[in-house]
Amino acid sequence: MMHRFANPTRFMRVANAILPWCAGLTVLFLAAGLYLGLFRSPADYQQGETVRIMYIHVPSAYMAMFIYAAMAVSSAMALIWKHPLADMIARASAPIGACFTFVTLLTGSLWGQPMWGTWWVWDARLTSVLILFFVYIGYIALVNAFDDPARGAKPAAILALVGAVNLPIIKFSVDWWNTLHQPASVVTMEGPKIDPAMLWPLAFMAVGFNLYYISVGILRLRGEIAAARIRNLQLGLTHG
Amino acid sequence: MSGAESQPKHGLSRAATRKRKRLYIVLAGMTMLGIAVALVLTAFQDNIVFFYTPSDLAEKQVGPEQRVRLGGLVEDGSVRKIDDGVTTQFVITDYIDTVDVSYTGILPDLFREGQGVIAEGRMLPDGSLQATEVLAKHDENYMPKEVAEKIKESGRWQEDGSGG
Repeated sequence: MMHRFANPTRFMRVANAILPWCAGLTVLFLAAGLYLGLFRSPADYQQGETVRIMYIHVPSAYMAMFIYAAMAVSSAMALIWKHPLADMIARASAPIGACFTFVTLLTGSLWGQPMWGTWWVWDARLTSVLILFFVYIGYIALVNAFDDPARGAKPAAILALVGAVNLPIIKFSVDWWNTLHQPASVVTMEGPKIDPAMLWPLAFMAVGFNLYYISVGILRLRGEIAAARIRNLQLGLTHG
Repeated sequence: MSGAESQPKHGLSRAATRKRKRLYIVLAGMTMLGIAVALVLTAFQDNIVFFYTPSDLAEKQVGPEQRVRLGGLVEDGSVRKIDDGVTTQFVITDYIDTVDVSYTGILPDLFREGQGVIAEGRMLPDGSLQATEVLAKHDENYMPKEVAEKIKESGRWQEDGSGG
C-alpha cells in the first residue's frame, strides 16, 4: 500500500482528483468557522470579545505543530526507505507550516497586549514556538541552498528530525515550567476546558485549516514534481 | 522476506538489511538527541522558569536590590490604592507564602483580586517587591459569562492555586 502510492504519478492522479473537493470544503469550513466564531459564539467571562482571536490563534498553532510533525515523519521515511515522494511532501509542507507559525506568533502577540499587558515575553511557550519558526526558516533555506536539490535532501531531512525534538517541548512547556502562557485548554487529561459554544467554531476552523493545508500542499507538490521532471529533462539534454 | 522467490535471495535481504539499519540509526539518533535535550533542559530549569512563586522566593533567599519576577494570585482583600492615585499595593500569594508588592503605573485590565499575576521588579530590604511591570495571567478555562455565574452559584467554582 505504502509503496503503491510512493510512485509520484500514481499519487498525483489521486491527489488531483481530491483537490477540488478539498478546496471547496476549505472554503465552506472556514466560512462556517469564522461566522460561528466571530458572530454566533459568546464573549468570554474574563476576556470579553478579545477571546475571538482564539479562533485564528489556536488552530494556527495546532497546524504549525501538525505540519511539522508531518514533515518529520516524511523526512524519516525519506531517510529510511528512500521514498522520493516523502522527501517532496516534506519540502512542499515547510512554507505552509512556517506561515501558520508566523500567524500564531502574530495573533498571539496581538492577544497578549490587551490580556497580559505585553506584546512578547521570553517564557518557555513563546520562546519554543519562536524556535519552531526559526527551524522552519532554516529548513527552507537549507533545501534551497543546493544547486542539485537531490543533494540537499539528506541534510534537510536530518534537520527536520532534529527540530522534531521541539514539538513535545512546545506542547508541555506550560506544564514543565512556570510560564505567562496558560496551560492547555483543548487537549488535556481532563478533556477540553472550553465551553461547547466556543469549542464548535474552533473545531470548524481547525478542520478548515487542515483542508487548506491539504489543498495548498497538493498544489505545491505538483510544482515539486514538475520541477523534478524539468531537471531530469535538462540533465538528459546536457548528457544525452 | 516472503514473496522473494522470484528474486535472488541475497540481493533482497541486503536491501532490507540496509533499510533496517537506517531505521535503527534514525531511532537511536532521535533517542540520544531526546536524552541530551532533556538533560540540558533539566540543568537549565531555573533559567527557563518565567517567574518564581512566593514560596520559591522564600526558599531561594533572594537578597535586596535583586531583580525578580514573582507570580501568584492577588490575595483577596489586599489591593489598596495609595493617596497619590497611581500607586497600588497588593499581596501576591501561592497559599503557602505571601509577598507584599507595590506598583506605580497602569495595571492590565484583567488585574483583580484572586487573579493570577506576574510582577517584575526589585526586592526591597523589608522583603517586599517594588514592581516596575505587572502582567496578568488568565487561566485555561473559556466560557460565557452566564455559564461562569451559574457555576459560581452552584458552589462548584474552583480557583486554580497555581495562579494559572
